[in-house]
Amino acid sequence: MSTFSVGLRHVDTVSVMDLRGFLDAHTAAELERAFQQLLQEKKYKIVVNFRDLVYISSAGLGVFMEFIEDIRRNQGDIKLSNMSPKVFHVFDLVGFPQLYDIMKDEGDAVRKFTGRT
Amino acid sequence: MTIKSRTENLEKVRKFVADAAAKFGFDKEAVSNIVLAVDEACTNVIRHAYANAPDKEIWIAIDLKNGRFEVKVADTGRSFDPDTVPPPNVREFLRQGKTGGFGIYLMRRMVDEVHFSSLPGKRNEALLVKYLQPLAQANR
Repeated sequence: MSTFSVGLRHVDTVSVMDLRGFLDAHTAAELERAFQQLLQEKKYKIVVNFRDLVYISSAGLGVFMEFIEDIRRNQGDIKLSNMSPKVFHVFDLVGFPQLYDIMKDEGDAVRKFTGRT
Repeated sequence: MTIKSRTENLEKVRKFVADAAAKFGFDKEAVSNIVLAVDEACTNVIRHAYANAPDKEIWIAIDLKNGRFEVKVADTGRSFDPDTVPPPNVREFLRQGKTGGFGIYLMRRMVDEVHFSSLPGKRNEALLVKYLQPLAQANR
């Protein structure tokens, strides 16, 4: 069965979402809820780790578009990391690298927030 | 196969298409691309043609002809004109507060041909075609 889950943890002052499984029009609502929870807690520095994400459709991309403006208005950001080539290809085709930092490694993404090397 | 217009059924469709595409001889990457294109087509039907009504029907048919893997996705919902869907401009979409609009573009990039046809009020079809071999190779 295709499943999707969002794990949440914190590294320093940064919230890290670990995506797992299949992100499509059915499971996108779960990612929305995860973002909503962080915004309710006023946590605006967010890294999304795609290491365990197997699949994404445009419904998943839409969730990132839904929250980015609000987050950036609050001096935060959503940085993306650890994408497989297949997942990165989908983001790249529609131009996401123009708007989002997409890093190879979670550590690089976290350091972009903290400025620590 | 026939599914009800609920997003929970997208997984079933992906498996159906992936199994058929793999049996036809596509490699993993091509299977993945075909699956995404069909997922996008079905999602569009659920969200737009049927406006998220959960008990309508979507028909997915696969045909294999002369090195062409053809997937037809049909519905009886609201028609649309694909020429009115602009190519994605992620900056512009953000400026407009748009969260969707990537699906048709992804469909066109994932397979070799995409055709939309419609009998208004009766039936809409999206035909997605992937060649087993690129045309240039096939003609050598």
